[in-house]
Amino acid sequence: MKVLEIKNLNVALDGEKIIKDLSFEVKDGEILTILGPNGAGKTVLLKTLLGFLPYQGEVLWQKKTKIGYLPQGLTQLKVKDLPLSVEEFFKLKKVTKEETLKFLKSVGIEENAFLEKRIGDMSTGQFQRMLIAWVLISKPEVLLFDEPTAGIDVGGEETIYSLLHRFWKEKNLTVLLVTHDLNIVYKYSSDVLCLNKKGIACSGPPKEVLTTDLLEKIYGTEIKFYQHKSS
Amino acid sequence: MSQFILSLIGGIFVSATAGYLGTLMLQKRMALVAGPLGHLTLPGIALALLYGFDVSLGAFPFVILGIILIWLFEMRTKLPMEALTAVVFASGVALAFLFLPIEQAEAALVGDISQVSFVETAVTAVLCLLIFLVMRKIFSKMLLISISEDLAKVEGIDIKKYNLIYLGCIAVIVALGAKMVGGLLTAALVAIPACAAKNLSKNMRRYSFLSPFFGAISAVSGIFLFQFFSLPAGPMIIISATLIFLISLVFKKR
Repeated sequence: MKVLEIKNLNVALDGEKIIKDLSFEVKDGEILTILGPNGAGKTVLLKTLLGFLPYQGEVLWQKKTKIGYLPQGLTQLKVKDLPLSVEEFFKLKKVTKEETLKFLKSVGIEENAFLEKRIGDMSTGQFQRMLIAWVLISKPEVLLFDEPTAGIDVGGEETIYSLLHRFWKEKNLTVLLVTHDLNIVYKYSSDVLCLNKKGIACSGPPKEVLTTDLLEKIYGTEIKFYQHKSS
Repeated sequence: MSQFILSLIGGIFVSATAGYLGTLMLQKRMALVAGPLGHLTLPGIALALLYGFDVSLGAFPFVILGIILIWLFEMRTKLPMEALTAVVFASGVALAFLFLPIEQAEAALVGDISQVSFVETAVTAVLCLLIFLVMRKIFSKMLLISISEDLAKVEGIDIKKYNLIYLGCIAVIVALGAKMVGGLLTAALVAIPACAAKNLSKNMRRYSFLSPFFGAISAVSGIFLFQFFSLPAGPMIIISATLIFLISLVFKKR
């Protein structure tokens, strides 16, 4: 079943065309990774799907789809100075304390004392896991995650993605993910959509479409490293 | 009722409400807004003093003008907010001195609470209560907006609407504050108690209690100093708040 259908999508910001004639669809239960170099319009695409930006063309969500979104660059730096406790942050969503504890536990934050902790005082990894719990607590059906592991070390990154994968399985989610990490794409994605400045460069299951030639075309020469890793 | 009690009541209401509003000045962009708005009240105050009507009434239209200006600036230009505030800031002061009688300059700049009527105090209290109730209602939404506009949008929060409501509340409190502490200092009523409270809080509950509390204490202390030592009330309110801020630095948790 289709969760989302995009037809001839065009998005321009300040007169500059960012997305040109994009069409694709997302099926229920898919993990779709959106790949592409900086400036290819990945974040703009997610924001358009969320209805934040004006567009031309069609963005058709299945009726009443509940979307969870983790924006790019929501780093701890932004909240470092804020006298806001974990419990208060969850209360912004009007959820109960029990639910908060349950969801924190599901992302591996077990101690109850955490509720009192200032979110600026958490470690980067904890903060990111807490954000995931915060998104999931609204029980979304579709997740839009924009580089959820930016600024996290390799070990922490693996934790975040295996968490996401677990939730995807347990809760029958559909996931749209922006990431640069090709290992993650191979390991977890069911489908991949490659964007570059000209539009779609590839779409399909990663093992079929992500050839070395293609990656070189999207990213340029940097890809040598990955070629070595993935072969 | 004696003049002293009236000043005290008005002072407590305005300062506490300003302190509460200040807790939401978490974004840099917002924090910079109160300053120019305060300075923009000066031409209004000048007119009020010249023609003998209420200072807050004179200040209010200018604050509204200021909000429209800032809003337009933000929409129309890509200049940093700091640059824009500097423009508004200076023009407010310049405009005021164009027609402000120099012997009344002190009242305009640092306020005058020696002659407030019962009606004025009552209106002030009611307005402050209203702002407080409105702010309490939109507090959590404003907080989420200040954490991340994108997260707020996903929750279906109309950011422009809430920012406008917030700015409106700021406008009223700046106009009320202008009478008490003058056009130069009114922004400090919003900013300083909140900064002090932030230093001593690790959660919002405490923060949004301490900030209005510090505001109220500053007002009481300033008005007492005025009554019994004949020091100017407006500046003393702000200096009291600054003292609290300095003390908070000592106890700041790292």
